[in-house]
Amino acid sequence: MVSIWFFIGISLAVNGALILGAGIYQLINPPLHPGIVLFNLHANLWWGALLLVIGGLYCIKFAPGRQS
Amino acid sequence: MTPLLATDVPTRLVHLSSVDIVIVVFYFVLVLSIGWYLKGRANTGEDFFMAGREMTAWVAGLSFLSANLGALELMGWAGSAYQYGIMATHAYWIGAIPAMLFLALVMMPFYYISKTHSVPGYLKLRFGEPSRALSAISFAFMTVLMSGVNMFAMAKVMQIVLGWDINFSIWVSSLTVAIYVTLGGLRSAIFNEVLQFFLIWAGVLLIPILGLYEAGGWTNLKLQIAQRASEQYVHVWSGLGSFSNNPMGINWVGIVFGLGAVISMGYWTTDFLVVQRILAAKDLRSAEMAPIIGAGFKMFVPIIVILPGLLGLAVLPEKLVPESVAAVTGGHSYNDVLPLMLARYCGPGLLGLGVTALIAGFMSGMAGNVSAFTTVWTYDIYRPLINSKGSDHHYVSMGRWTTIVGVLISVGTAYLVMQFASIMDYVQALFSFFIAPLFGTVVLGMLWRRATRLGGFLGLLCGTLCSISMWTWVKVDPSALRYVALSSHAKGLAQDYFQALWSFVVCVVVTVVVSLATKPTPDSELTGLVYGLTEVPAIGDVPLYQKPIFWAAIVAVVLVALNIIFW
Repeated sequence: MVSIWFFIGISLAVNGALILGAGIYQLINPPLHPGIVLFNLHANLWWGALLLVIGGLYCIKFAPGRQS
Repeated sequence: MTPLLATDVPTRLVHLSSVDIVIVVFYFVLVLSIGWYLKGRANTGEDFFMAGREMTAWVAGLSFLSANLGALELMGWAGSAYQYGIMATHAYWIGAIPAMLFLALVMMPFYYISKTHSVPGYLKLRFGEPSRALSAISFAFMTVLMSGVNMFAMAKVMQIVLGWDINFSIWVSSLTVAIYVTLGGLRSAIFNEVLQFFLIWAGVLLIPILGLYEAGGWTNLKLQIAQRASEQYVHVWSGLGSFSNNPMGINWVGIVFGLGAVISMGYWTTDFLVVQRILAAKDLRSAEMAPIIGAGFKMFVPIIVILPGLLGLAVLPEKLVPESVAAVTGGHSYNDVLPLMLARYCGPGLLGLGVTALIAGFMSGMAGNVSAFTTVWTYDIYRPLINSKGSDHHYVSMGRWTTIVGVLISVGTAYLVMQFASIMDYVQALFSFFIAPLFGTVVLGMLWRRATRLGGFLGLLCGTLCSISMWTWVKVDPSALRYVALSSHAKGLAQDYFQALWSFVVCVVVTVVVSLATKPTPDSELTGLVYGLTEVPAIGDVPLYQKPIFWAAIVAVVLVALNIIFW
């Protein structure tokens, strides 16, 4: 049976990748009016990367093939 | 906590970009995929209703916590933090942690050893069929109505925050929940609750991080709150000496005994919605560890709920107002503080994740309600009262159909509330009537062998009637609150806490008096159900760090330390 932690890994990794992608796009094409406070910190860049790394680790550690 | 309901919608708070919509859609695809994957593992009654009783302590513990971590709770308590300050943390600390530890160390062995399917099922074993029937029917009825009320409230929130059509929100969310619970049963609900736990933290944790950065740290935040509101907004206990010294309008007696000793104990130890998750644990040690793990995380939930509310007080340029005022002026209410903070800091992608966290919180809460309703209906109402000779397969089919019917009743309730908004207040009040006396009945049943069947039933009945009477009294004559809460300075929340306290006292007194006046139940009928007549299996020869009592002690020490730090 596939572990619940594998599903969580998928969720975090996919969401992280999408958020990181949006962050990279905004870094390359900065909007004239970001519409948010602290845009200069580029939160979606590092938060997306963090989620992607954590989700990726979960996916690897709890991959169906590795479970008994 | 004021109801999350507004009559008219101003403008939407946030606008989703395409990547945000992809994230939301991905969530729906994932939960349906999990339900589809688990459909082959829900063929027996134990599988469908109890998730095979094979959950680890971590899965059961996070699910136990998530079942209560709904979107309305998140937004409502963030709003309460804006309204009352850091005192709202009481709902998460004294209002949860002691009860969770009590459940783990004292009550769980009786639930687990009796192998009951539900809390009403335990009442049947301990106090007989009438107590089970009263508890099961009231629980099933109120759970499915509450699910509908929450469904409407969440659809309204989605309309306010995102501009989504109410009908769209109601039908998409309810059909998704119906599909994945019908397919995978409790296991599917639990898996999605654990997923929701991670999504909520991933989606909301950025708000306190960026908020504290903007405010200049905790010390500066406290100074700004003191300037914009009051010094008392950043103290948990120091203003509780009297009703008039704190923004909540309550004193320490109401918090400690009403909230901590009765409401919290009642909810976390006898509300089947949360207890069902623990009953699915794979063994007794896991069942005891699960609430302790839940308590460990629960202590830190204020970081993503209370702190955003406090930050809203400090950094939001506009002043938020009560729901009733917002509905007239078109401004934002206290309950909007979390989405407002989300919109303040979260750009494309992050906003989608935050909105997904709210949707996930709502859907898993609804799945929790529906799965608990399904179990209680099938095992505690249908089987004993309507058809006691069905096969296991028959009861699983009944469970699947009950899931669909439960969702449809919830949808019907949501539309009823849409037409008659006042029903929402009544349903929420009705739910609170049963919690405190039920705790009195269950805890006496577990700890006092002399409690008899008639005593337990009449105690439960009288405690419930007492709660209803006090609520009606204050509804008819609001000034009666001074008698219920024992102070003319008491405010709304004090009524909830003192009403629970009195109904618990009445339940206990009636149970004790009637029990002493009736014939004792033979010990042979109480084996495995009562303290002193139950041999609790040893946890085994495990190291100290694997014992539940060790981790419960650590959680208790951290809880005391947090309360002292934020005194």
